[in-house]
Amino acid sequence: MTQEAPTATYFRHLTEGRFMLQHSPSTDEWVYYPRMIAPKTGATDMEWAAPSGLGTVYATTVKRMRPPAADVNIAIVELDEGPRMMTHVQGIAPEAVRIGMRVRACIVDGPDDAKILVFEPETAA
Amino acid sequence: MSVGNNLRGKTAFVGAATFGCGEAPGYTAMELAAEAGRLAVEDAGLSLSQIDGLFICLPADFLSGLSIAEYYGIRPKMTNNSRTGGSAFFGHVEWAALALDAGLIDYALIVYGSNQRTGAGKLVSAQAPSVFEHPYRPNNPVASYALAASRHMHVYGTTPEQLASVAVSARQWANLNPEAFRQGPLSIDDALSTRLIADPLRVADCCLVTDGAAAVVMTRADRAKDLRKPPISLLGVASATWHSEISQLDDLTVTAATESGARAFAQAGLTVADVDVVNVYDAFTINTILFLEDLGFCRKGEGGPFIASGAISPGGTLPVNTNGGGLSFCHPGMYGLFTMVESIRQLRNEAGARQIAGAEIALAHGNGGTLSSQATCLMGVAHTV
Repeated sequence: MTQEAPTATYFRHLTEGRFMLQHSPSTDEWVYYPRMIAPKTGATDMEWAAPSGLGTVYATTVKRMRPPAADVNIAIVELDEGPRMMTHVQGIAPEAVRIGMRVRACIVDGPDDAKILVFEPETAA
Repeated sequence: MSVGNNLRGKTAFVGAATFGCGEAPGYTAMELAAEAGRLAVEDAGLSLSQIDGLFICLPADFLSGLSIAEYYGIRPKMTNNSRTGGSAFFGHVEWAALALDAGLIDYALIVYGSNQRTGAGKLVSAQAPSVFEHPYRPNNPVASYALAASRHMHVYGTTPEQLASVAVSARQWANLNPEAFRQGPLSIDDALSTRLIADPLRVADCCLVTDGAAAVVMTRADRAKDLRKPPISLLGVASATWHSEISQLDDLTVTAATESGARAFAQAGLTVADVDVVNVYDAFTINTILFLEDLGFCRKGEGGPFIASGAISPGGTLPVNTNGGGLSFCHPGMYGLFTMVESIRQLRNEAGARQIAGAEIALAHGNGGTLSSQATCLMGVAHTV
């Protein structure tokens, strides 16, 4: 089936306070970033569903800023459902984020007058 | 399955040139590219009117094939300005070899030029920001390579000192290259005391932002032997694309160079033991580690200790980036073509104080995007065919 506009739908869900991803019942795969066609399998039967919001830090760096701007964590988080995404890990010093750290998703205001998905250490929630 | 070796030795590099490396104030990107192209054609002993295949990238002109044909006042049969980032020129070599072998064209010019240092003052990227990455404002490309480095450190214990040793080796080679933009002593401590940009990558881990232009000329083997310089034969060339955004790469410690390298070696009928000199696209220090591992010059995870041992430095067992690389020679934004020019110069015995004595087989390796596109080219002196 043809997907409801994937990019717009993803961000609309965030705007409405929900973290939703595409899930394909036929292949039982979760898809991020959202697409018309699931990568590799070519599945097109994705439905929007709520993932657990839990994940693990896969890679991490700190974007160093010139003072007074604060340094910013940039990470790749692997969701428990499988997909990886670029994000921020917040609620902890940017250089204290460690690969393997368990994290939980939360929705915050982004830089473009839109909501974005970030993560915090699971234990802080 | 075919290994695609029916192009082995069928074509050759017969001209090579650089121009304006470092700072070339006042020149436009087109002017730099056009001059490098002219010099490469002259190096081959040809005239521009003989060029009937034109391959080019310019930083901000997405129809630059049309622009440079007009600029030169030539009417090429084949014009190609396709892009995969800094590896694009390897794709150009693939298409040029196919077109030359098929008799569609006789002389191919592959050219690149950029004035990003004196013109833009920063790295000019042609990669459209992803709508899924941009909200996080990664300081790309360095952030993406830093993420790969963080993973390599986590999995294999690679250290900041080992990353720094890549920069130190590049500087030692640059000190032997009068054309290199950044020269002078550089110690591990010096490198580790430079400013962090995206952990663990510091200023010394990042390529230069310079002006510069490069060009090569290719023709069929039958025509190559009658030109000005000894031809450098194309023995194998292969490209591979695995992703665009860094978060979409399956394993951040393994790149598509595993695939492009294996296919290029199979085409050439060579192994890593046959290679005398290596030039890889070192946009960041982690690149050299990843590519030497993925191309098979050391085992996965051992790139850091291998390089820190001095193996790739002047006097080492495997000369790598003998011009000083993107870290210390020049980096105008799409460095891939410079790896080919340096490989050709080494095989022609034109490399002066940095010459690898008796070099007969060279490997050039290009990288595009954020480790996204990988491409490998093997070339050799005439009797290696």
